[in-house]
Amino acid sequence: MSVAAHLPALQVVLPLAAAPLAVLLRNRTAAFALVLAATWAAFAISVLMWQQVAASGPLSYALGSWPPPWGIEYRVDALSALVLMLVSGVAAVVLPYCRASIEREIRRDNHYLFYAMFALCLSGLLGIAITGDAFNLFVFLEISSLSSYVLIALGRDRRALLAAYQYLIMGTIGATFIVIGVGLLYLMTGTLNLADMSVRLQSVTSHRPVLAALAFLTVGISLKLALFPLHQWLPNAYAYAPSAVSAFLAATATKVSVYALLRFYFSVFGEGAVFKQLPMAEFMLVLALAGMFVASAVAIFQDNLKRLFAYSSVAQIGYIVLGISFDSVTGLTATVVHLVNHAVTKGALFLLLGAVMAAMGGVTLARVRGIGRVMPRTTFGIVLCGLSLIGVPGTAGFVSKWYLILAAMEKGQWWLVFLIVLSSLLAVAYVWRFVEAAYFRAPRADLAQVREAPLALALPAWLMVGATVWFGLDTSVTVGSAARAAAMLLGAVP
Amino acid sequence: MKRDMVLRVVAKLLIPFILLFAIYVQFHGDFGPGGGFQAGVILAAAMVFYAMIYGLDNARRVLPDWLVESMLAAGVLLYLGVGFAGLLLGGNFLDYFVLDRDPVAGQHRGVFWIELGVAITVCGVMLKIFYLFAARGQDEA
Repeated sequence: MSVAAHLPALQVVLPLAAAPLAVLLRNRTAAFALVLAATWAAFAISVLMWQQVAASGPLSYALGSWPPPWGIEYRVDALSALVLMLVSGVAAVVLPYCRASIEREIRRDNHYLFYAMFALCLSGLLGIAITGDAFNLFVFLEISSLSSYVLIALGRDRRALLAAYQYLIMGTIGATFIVIGVGLLYLMTGTLNLADMSVRLQSVTSHRPVLAALAFLTVGISLKLALFPLHQWLPNAYAYAPSAVSAFLAATATKVSVYALLRFYFSVFGEGAVFKQLPMAEFMLVLALAGMFVASAVAIFQDNLKRLFAYSSVAQIGYIVLGISFDSVTGLTATVVHLVNHAVTKGALFLLLGAVMAAMGGVTLARVRGIGRVMPRTTFGIVLCGLSLIGVPGTAGFVSKWYLILAAMEKGQWWLVFLIVLSSLLAVAYVWRFVEAAYFRAPRADLAQVREAPLALALPAWLMVGATVWFGLDTSVTVGSAARAAAMLLGAVP
Repeated sequence: MKRDMVLRVVAKLLIPFILLFAIYVQFHGDFGPGGGFQAGVILAAAMVFYAMIYGLDNARRVLPDWLVESMLAAGVLLYLGVGFAGLLLGGNFLDYFVLDRDPVAGQHRGVFWIELGVAITVCGVMLKIFYLFAARGQDEA
C-alpha cells in the first residue's frame, strides 16, 4: 500500500485510534506521548494534503472502496484543506501546552482520560472538515461536541460543570436541528453525498421541504458557531473550562462550524438559492452587526478576562458572518481569512491567559493588576493579541478587517465601512481595560513575587503569538488559500 | 434483594439464557434484526440483572472496573483494526472486499469483526454508566 493515497483517511483515523489506545494504556505519560505523536502526524498529513490540493485540485477518497455517491466520500478541496491545517495545527501547538497546564488544573489520575478526550475531539473536528457526506458530518459533529462537553466539565471551577451542561443542552438542540435538516434533504434528494445532493436539488420541484431544511440547518449550525443571539452557551464554557481546553476550543470549534455553514450554503444549496432567492444576506448582515456591537459592548463590562475574551469571540464571529453576507469573492475571502486569523489570535490569547492563571491563580481584572511588572513577556503577548483583535496593522486582525472593508466598498456600502471601524473602537475599549490594569496599577501585595510563566507554557503560547504577527505581515498562505477557497465556493474553479 | 430466594433462583436460571440470546442477536445480525449494538446492550443487561440481585460487589468481581474501561477502548480498536486490515491488504480504509479472496466472503468477514467491536464497546459503555450510578455514594464512603 502507498501511504500517500490514504492520507485523507489517516487524517481522521490516527487521532481516532489514539483515543482508545490512550484509555488502554492507563498511564498519563504514555497517553500524552501517543496522542502527541498522532496529533503531530495529523498536522503533517494536513500540510501534505494542502500542498497536493494547491498543486493538483481536490482529493477524493472512497471509504471502504464504495464509490461516491453510494459510499462515504472524504473530499479535500481548497477550503477543507485550509480548515484541516488550521485545526490540526492548533492542536499540535496546544497539546504540548496541555501537559504542563492540566498538571495544575485536573486530577492526576484523570490525565490519560483527558488526552483520550482531546484526541476524540480533534478527530471529530477534522472529520467535519474532511467528510463529503451529510450524515457523516453530523456524526463527527456529535463526536467533537460530546468530547468537548467532557473537556469543559473537567475545569477546576465548579461552575464548569454547569457551563458544560448549558453547552450540552444548546449543542444538542443544535445537533438535532442539523440532523432534521439533513433528514429533509435526504428525503427530497435520496442521497447523502453533498456533491450529489447539490446536483439533485436542482431538479427538486417541491421547495417547501428544501426551505425547511435550509432553516433547520441554519439555526442548528448557528447554535454551534455561536452566532448572536444564539451564543449564550459560549462565554461560560470558555471561561470555566481548563485553560488548554479554552484555547483549543476557542481556536477550532466555532471555526469548524463556520466551515459546515459555508459547505451547506455554497456547496449544497448553492449561492443563488440562499442569497438571490431568499433574503439571507440581509438577515445575516443584521445578526452579524448585532453580534459585533452587542457582544463587544458586553465584553467591556466583564471582570473575568476569560469571559471578556469569550464575548470578544462572539463579536469576532460577527465579522466572520459579515463576510458571508456580502456574497462576493472578496467577502468570502475575508470570512475564511478571519477564520484562520481569529483562531490563531484567540488561541494565543487563551494560552497566555492559561499561563497567567497558573501563576496568579485567577484571571479577574482585580487579580491581574500590575501583571505588567511581574510577568512582562506574557503581558506583552496578551497586548499583541489584543492589537490583533482591534485590527492594528502588522497583526493578523488587520488583514481580515482590510478584506472586510474592501468587500464593503466593492458593494458601495460606505456606512458599513464606518460601522466596521466603529466596532473596532469597542475592541480598543475592552483591550484597554486589560492594559490599564496590567501596566498602570500596582500588583497585589501577595502576588508581587509571581514569576514569569515556565517555558512549557510560554513556548506554545509564543508560537501562536508569533503566528498572529506572521499572518499580519506575510499573507501568502492565509489570503492565498482563502482566495482559492472563496473562488471555489462561488463556483469559479472546481 | 439478596435474601429473596425466588429472585435468586430465577436470576440464576435466566442469566445463561439472556447471555445466549445476546450471542444469537450478535451473530444473526447478518440475516435479521440485530447486530452488535443490540447484543452489547443485552449482554450488559444480563450483567446489570446479576448486579441487582447479587450485589454490585459480586458484579465487580466478575467484571472489574479496569476490564469494563478496557472494553470501551478495545471495541473501538477492533473496529479500527478492521479498517487498517483493509489498508494493509491493499484496499482503502474499512475496505472489506479485500479481506478474503472472494469479495462477498470478505464483506461477511469484515462485518463480523466490526459488529463484534461494536458489541464490546456498547456493553462496556452500558456497564460503565451503570457502575458509576450504582456506586455513587458507596465509593466515597
